[in-house]
Amino acid sequence: MDVKVKTDDLSAKETAFNDSIKDGKVIEPKDWMPEKYRKQLLRMMSQHAHSEVVGMLPEGNWITRAPSLARKAILIAKVQDEAGHGLYIYSAAETLGMDRSEMVDQLLSGKAKYSSIFNYPTLTWADIGAIGWLVDGAAIVNQTVLAKCSYGPYSRAMLRICREENFHNKQGYQILAFLMRGTKEQKEMAQDAMNRWWWPSLMMFGPSDKDSPNSADLLKWKVKLYTNDDLRQRFIDRTVEQAEAIGLKVPDDKLKWNEETRHYDFGEINWEEFFQVINGNGPCNKLRLKQRNDAHSNGQWVREAAKAYAEKRKAN
Amino acid sequence: MTELNTALIEYCLRIADNSLIHAQRIADWTGHGPILEEDIAMSNVSLDLIGQARGFYTYASQLEGNGKSEDFYAFHRGERDFRNRLMVEQPDLKDFGFTMMKLFLNGCFDYLFFRDLMKSNDETISGLAAKSIKEVTYHVRHAGDWVVRLGDGTEESHQRIQKSLNELWPFTNELFEQNEVDELLIQNGAAFNKKELKAEWEAMVNEIITKATLKIPSDSTYFYSGGINGVHSEHLGFLLAEMQYLPRMYPDAIW
Ligand SMILES: [Fe+2]
Ligand SMILES: [Fe+2]
Repeated sequence: MDVKVKTDDLSAKETAFNDSIKDGKVIEPKDWMPEKYRKQLLRMMSQHAHSEVVGMLPEGNWITRAPSLARKAILIAKVQDEAGHGLYIYSAAETLGMDRSEMVDQLLSGKAKYSSIFNYPTLTWADIGAIGWLVDGAAIVNQTVLAKCSYGPYSRAMLRICREENFHNKQGYQILAFLMRGTKEQKEMAQDAMNRWWWPSLMMFGPSDKDSPNSADLLKWKVKLYTNDDLRQRFIDRTVEQAEAIGLKVPDDKLKWNEETRHYDFGEINWEEFFQVINGNGPCNKLRLKQRNDAHSNGQWVREAAKAYAEKRKAN
Repeated sequence: MTELNTALIEYCLRIADNSLIHAQRIADWTGHGPILEEDIAMSNVSLDLIGQARGFYTYASQLEGNGKSEDFYAFHRGERDFRNRLMVEQPDLKDFGFTMMKLFLNGCFDYLFFRDLMKSNDETISGLAAKSIKEVTYHVRHAGDWVVRLGDGTEESHQRIQKSLNELWPFTNELFEQNEVDELLIQNGAAFNKKELKAEWEAMVNEIITKATLKIPSDSTYFYSGGINGVHSEHLGFLLAEMQYLPRMYPDAIW
């Protein structure tokens, strides 16, 4: 009997929770929330934080080789912002009851996921342009929407981050615009980066919603406000014209403006590739995990020393 | 071009090269730091140093008056042209303590150096020094805090940071090295005698080293030198090869 009463009680709470979300209430850490809401958010937010941190690696790869001092400074500042985003989202995620160190351990062990896009290599300088423009561009589409999500700490984190993402997006586009105005080799470098990064960028929005197991709940709870396909379309619509403006060709024969839908039609995404990459078989999955693990273990003695020093100070 | 002008250009390049090569080493940490907060701090330091380099390169190019850009100095000069001190070009090999010790020893000197240089009768130089000293003050504090934490942290960290100090110490004499370029600028009131900074630098360094329970090595018989004449360690060539490859490979390209 007891159990049944409790279940009823819980579902009454949950109904009230769902209703308040429908009315546009913002959920704060102290508010009651269904366990599943908390878990899904924690999963999304920690994945997001991990993506910021792992995302530093492919771009960091070009800091020592940036071709001018101005570009070097911009790139360092950009990657530094991503570290800040990671910190900021980790601490927003901590409000859901898990320590940053535990989240980091999940990343290092390979248990937690991060954005599939960072498992591709940055092979030329143009890739740095493509990441800023396409990857940060896709992130903006995602994060602008997340800024209106139902969980207060996450939505505020997104608001703050979006401002910086716009700068990231612009500097990436500018890198490619310069290349497209440059020598024959520079133009080829830019188009090659476009060819390699376009499709993985579209995959960043995740599988079609019918293949996305958590979508329905997340939409109901306003953790997501639009479907993956909606957001992908939004990204394509705003990006194609930017590509054309600097003379880059989108590597999709089926890409075509549809007067009726007022959107671009586009070709089939290679989901086989996507699932391979998120399951650990992309070109850089192992490298990225190794880089994060190396940084962590190389820094172990430093963290231990800082802790020991702080404890000695406390004792005195 | 007057002799004084040539000396000023040389002087600016020394400062700029030193900051740039140091920045290049520290920037290599981006994404690989021991904690995320330190990644951010090290990015800040390398951005400051790049800013200093750009300021002094730009002034050098104005003095030369031949339209060379900051990027010319950074990307189109060779191993024998660079005037940085040998300490900053030493590879960090992802040893955080080594990086912090280097930043500390170098930073203490730069602090005193820029403090004097703020009184230079060359207004551009004194202005650049005034901007730089604020940044260097932060670098010294940040790196000094780490030297103390690591020195007085665990047994392992104590040994490791002591080893870094031992390795870097023979590079410290070069901080005070000067030649006829300095002499000319000192006579003209544009620069100051670096040798006079030594006692103060030692006091600054000693304070933190003592606090960190570390020991200054007493058996350093050899001291490195050569940066002001462009005679470097073997490491610089590799650093430049990596840093300069794109502008060298595509000399006509604009980025
Ligand atoms: Fe970000
Ligand atoms: Fe970004």
